[in-house]
Amino acid sequence: MATEAVLVEEHPDVHHQRKIAMWTFLGSEVLLFGSLISTFLLFRNRTLGGPTAEDVFDIPFTSISSFVLLMSSLTMVLAHHSATRRDWRQMRVWLFATAFLGLTFLAGQVFEFTVFVEDGLTVTTSPFGSSFFLLTGFHGAHVAVGVMMLLSLAFMSMSGKLHPERGMNVELVGLYWHFVDIVWIAIFTIVYLLQV
Amino acid sequence: MATLTHDAPPTSTAHEPGKRGLWSWITTTDHKRIGILYGLSSLFFFLVGGVEALFIRLQLAAPNGEVLSADAYNQMFTMHGTTMVFLVVMPAAGAFANYLLPLQLGARDVAFPRLNAFSFWVFFFGGVFLYASFFLGGGADGGWFGYAPLSTQIDEVVRMDYWALGLLVLGVASVASSINFVTTAFTMRAPGMTLMRMPVFSWMVVVISFLLLFSLPMVTVGLVQVFFDRNLGTLFYDAASGGEPILWQHLFWLFGHPEVYVLILPAMGIVSEVLPTFSRKPLFGRSFVIFSGIAIGFMGFGVWAHHMFTSGLGPVAEAAFALTTMFIAVPTGVKIFNWLGTMWGGSLRFTTAMLFSIGFIAMFVIGGLSGVTHSIVPADSQQHDSYYVVAHFHYVLFGGAIFGIFSGIYFWWPKLTGKLLDERIGKWHFWLMLLGFNLAFAPMHFLGLNGMPRRTYRYNEGLGLDLWNLVSTIGAFLIAVSMLVFLWNWWRTARKGTRASGDPWDGRTLEWSIASPTPEYNFARIPTVEAEDDFWHRKYGEDEEGNAVPIATAEEVSDDPEPPAGLHLPSPSYYPALTGAGIFVTLMGLVYLPWGLIPAAVGALVILWGLFGWSMEPIVKEHH
Repeated sequence: MATEAVLVEEHPDVHHQRKIAMWTFLGSEVLLFGSLISTFLLFRNRTLGGPTAEDVFDIPFTSISSFVLLMSSLTMVLAHHSATRRDWRQMRVWLFATAFLGLTFLAGQVFEFTVFVEDGLTVTTSPFGSSFFLLTGFHGAHVAVGVMMLLSLAFMSMSGKLHPERGMNVELVGLYWHFVDIVWIAIFTIVYLLQV
Repeated sequence: MATLTHDAPPTSTAHEPGKRGLWSWITTTDHKRIGILYGLSSLFFFLVGGVEALFIRLQLAAPNGEVLSADAYNQMFTMHGTTMVFLVVMPAAGAFANYLLPLQLGARDVAFPRLNAFSFWVFFFGGVFLYASFFLGGGADGGWFGYAPLSTQIDEVVRMDYWALGLLVLGVASVASSINFVTTAFTMRAPGMTLMRMPVFSWMVVVISFLLLFSLPMVTVGLVQVFFDRNLGTLFYDAASGGEPILWQHLFWLFGHPEVYVLILPAMGIVSEVLPTFSRKPLFGRSFVIFSGIAIGFMGFGVWAHHMFTSGLGPVAEAAFALTTMFIAVPTGVKIFNWLGTMWGGSLRFTTAMLFSIGFIAMFVIGGLSGVTHSIVPADSQQHDSYYVVAHFHYVLFGGAIFGIFSGIYFWWPKLTGKLLDERIGKWHFWLMLLGFNLAFAPMHFLGLNGMPRRTYRYNEGLGLDLWNLVSTIGAFLIAVSMLVFLWNWWRTARKGTRASGDPWDGRTLEWSIASPTPEYNFARIPTVEAEDDFWHRKYGEDEEGNAVPIATAEEVSDDPEPPAGLHLPSPSYYPALTGAGIFVTLMGLVYLPWGLIPAAVGALVILWGLFGWSMEPIVKEHH
């Protein structure tokens, strides 16, 4: 049987389908984080006598982990650049670097959360706590999914199973990763910097 | 123009052995089969939701009804509303969109066939999950918009956990579908089909896809908050601890009002296809219909708080939302005149599909006008939570959406099955449904204005409510009779219905240029589009006065009857259904925290397995 398939007459954008789909999905995600941030802004001062933003936030620490996440966007760009040059070995190096930076950020978030809990701020302490952990938790989950996709790409590439023309490819994961990064810039500004 | 170069055996068809049976339906990635699955599920839930409505009407037929307990009544109206919105009208729109979008665009499938199957299975398992709660502690009972704190009370078992998670996952299915439809419409149109040449129904699918994409995430956040309030002890909606129940109202209606247009715009699209066909005239002001659809889409995001006029927003917000609500009636009203202008001077054929479309216009006008009365804040304060509101939204959602959907069913049935539904029985169906519908819901205007509150399971004698409640119940049962007539029509047509040609109605759009039922490959040759209503213009020219003159028969300008050579359609895949099943297991586990974390983790592994298998397998397999 033939191995090639031509499904449709070609529309000029037919090769960009997955990219259009990813952009559409990210557009939807904007509203998700928008609603989470709105919830946080509504509850930012409802601390019920529990810890306030000033009490718990450690701006220097979070600045460093934010810097780490921002740098991961740089390595993501380099991974994509290597992929376009079809330099798969270098692409894997940058993918692992991006995943490592993402994991570092997540480790920072886990550490930060444990400190907050020790300071007496949990999801049940106050609406402030509920909305803070929901927002940053959703973002952390997005980073975790991104790390999984990065590692999948890297390992699939190592075993020669990465087919750029189907499923996820470096460009799509890159779009997602940059989006999650940009959301963190908004969160870091609104939730951390503006509250202390 | 064919770019197909590879030799291959003749393309298999839906009738070929090996493509039958349950497994072929579970693994299908064919947009037509997925459309049919959506349609059947929607019809099934329509019957279930209808039975719930009959229980409600039986309870209210006479004062001090004894049919249902207060608790059972709460479950009935909650699940009736939830079912009709999320499990009937939305999947019905999904059925039409799936089946017709590729056909109207001149494509062989949607952009992502397996994502499409995934959407269906997530929807299917979401519906099963919602209804599972009936057997595991009772159905949801907080109303279809689940206001906090009704939805966050945790002293009564798990009902609203099922509701919150069920709606959440139905939203995931809709977002996946929307991404698919948008990508399909933007990248898979046949050569020559510009955006403005795209059929109006396809346009409405694009508009509702964007509405869903941007509105569902907001209610998703709300549902997560409800679930966490119930299970993790967060304080989002706990007023005693600084939470804000009104936040839920905002998040819900920020989704809920665009959702109203998600429910009605597909029906408007259907009507915009049916009326021109049976008036033998192009849609009057076609681009205006498209742009007013888009305008409704944009403005739909700016009117949500008119659902909340009695919650104390303050005069500024109330005035602003009163104005936007009045404004959104403009693009809606424009369409009414477009449809009337389409019929004006046309040579009308009153088929069942046409009757349902005309019924749609008439009923929707009534519902639209009573809707405008809600924009007047003082009047709305009187009408709020009364049967007047119930009358209003049934006129737009039943008289509007459901009539439009039935119009589409009668119109496209031959394209799905190759047989024409019986017109005589169809007209019985229409007139019985129209009569039953008006008997059931017109009296609710009077009941509401006389002060009968909605969601109250009993009323006393002597309040002047007895007569109209009885009339309404009679109407509800007449609707049930009309549905039996429809089922009878279906059964009879399947046994001895008339065979339909590819173009039984003298149609206008590309789906009528191919055989009935649709071949598995849709188009043997991908058409080149040269005009709006391209198929019509292949058949008819114009004389000097602008009258239509036949220039070719439908057979001459239809698609090749021979299947194309070397064509590979997306292969079946069980991963979408597997992933959907994994989501179901995860949700079941999440309801029963903390020990439910074990099944939830198992479900999560199944999801991962499904997603990885899905992304690793080729879209078109080399061997069958």
